[in-house]
Amino acid sequence: MIDIIIIGAGTAGLTAAIYARRAGRTAVIFEAHAYGGQIINTPEIENYPGIANISGFEFATALYNQATALGAEVKMERVVAVSDNGAAKLVRTDKGEYECKAVILATGAKNRPLGLENEKALVGKGVSYCATCDGMFFRKKTVAVAGGGNTAIEDAAFLSNYCEKVYVIHRRDAFRADAKEVDRLKGRENVEFVLNKNVTGLIEDNGRLCGVEVTDKFSGEKTVIDVAGLFVAIGQAPDNTPFANVAALDDGGYIKAAEDCKTGTDGVFTAGDCRTKTVRQLTTAASDGAVAALAACGYIDSL
Amino acid sequence: MAVTVVTNANFESEVLAADKPVIVDFWASWCGPCKMLSPVVEEISNTEDSVKVCSVNVDDEMELAEKFGISSIPTLLVFKNGQLANQSVGVIGKDQILQLTK
Ligand SMILES: Cc1cc2nc3c(=O)[nH]c(=O)nc-3n(C[C@H](O)[C@H](O)[C@H](O)COP(=O)(O)OP(=O)(O)OC[C@H]3O[C@@H](n4cnc5c(N)ncnc54)[C@H](O)[C@@H]3O)c2cc1C
Repeated sequence: MIDIIIIGAGTAGLTAAIYARRAGRTAVIFEAHAYGGQIINTPEIENYPGIANISGFEFATALYNQATALGAEVKMERVVAVSDNGAAKLVRTDKGEYECKAVILATGAKNRPLGLENEKALVGKGVSYCATCDGMFFRKKTVAVAGGGNTAIEDAAFLSNYCEKVYVIHRRDAFRADAKEVDRLKGRENVEFVLNKNVTGLIEDNGRLCGVEVTDKFSGEKTVIDVAGLFVAIGQAPDNTPFANVAALDDGGYIKAAEDCKTGTDGVFTAGDCRTKTVRQLTTAASDGAVAALAACGYIDSL
Repeated sequence: MAVTVVTNANFESEVLAADKPVIVDFWASWCGPCKMLSPVVEEISNTEDSVKVCSVNVDDEMELAEKFGISSIPTLLVFKNGQLANQSVGVIGKDQILQLTK
């Protein structure tokens, strides 16, 4: 039987694997998309202690290599269910079933979609969740950014460097982002703020995005803005619903657990962005990974 | 077989005129997820004789990227008998890639 199954090969999951292997436990990580998690899109990380500057891809690859060199196994399978049979946990993936002694849920978070009907179909056809990845394809075109946090403001600033025009669509008139950055953006000639409005429709032409419908929060008035691209930056969202039977979730869908990374179920732990916490960063994900792995090892010792 | 590097100049002969399904990987050096997908695509080029695998660097071949309306990378396009048959955006697994060619 596998000692520890880790769900998610992001920073939290890979760090957990490093600690589990160094404690002499077998560790298998399941990953649904690509190892590395959310950070692989980020061109520059400048706040990880001990590393002044590194790209997300390099960071993720170094972490992956460190974990696998220590003997952790990464399997590209999506976990669909976990069941608790006491001393043994059953983990079901889209390819098979695996038994283990302890489970660490390190499922992270994903870009939050707007939730509009044709949104999924338009990804890669005008709708994007990553300005630094896809911005270059909108050179000299008109685009919109939806959101009011730091990511939205940074995305708009980045896009304004080479797009003809950038609309910033925000559902309120106050910003969560740094005031200084917002002011700087307001000073740019090709940036227009569209405030107190929600994006309520995606208009397509021949399968590509050609405009967005926005609805005024107060008057309910609908207007259409012609854009070739929409960058959605309205935060992250977890997806822990398949695991609600072994881990209680809060209103936002995050796994309820304190700094000890324990869920309500013996032998099931959680780590990283998927857990209720105030700071979601690489450092806190790595920290959780260590705590959860050592707690899992302690639990296995007690069996 | 290895991955064939495709440009605007040889697209017709390498992709459209190919005698088997062609997977075309649109990528760039600054794109992290692209660097994760490319090794998988390369592996397919070495193990699957029934498909041809090509790559397009979008920084060098903006015209090709525009021609196919690429606005997010990595994007995989699959061509059969000179026609665009399937496409996919983002990092996906080997099984899913091969499914696109079916
Ligand atoms: C644009 C952006 C920039 C950022 N910049 C920084 C920065 O500069 N510095 C910093 O410290 N932090 C930064 N962060 C935050 C940082 O990326 C996260 O805090 C960190 O990635 C969390 O790691 P994690 O392992 O908890 O989750 P994730 O990185 O989200 O990894 C979770 C993994 O689990 C996988 N998964 C989910 N469900 C399943 C399932 N059912 N089966 C199998 N696999 C599954 C996912 O595919 C994913 O790979 C940034 C985030 C974003 C979005």
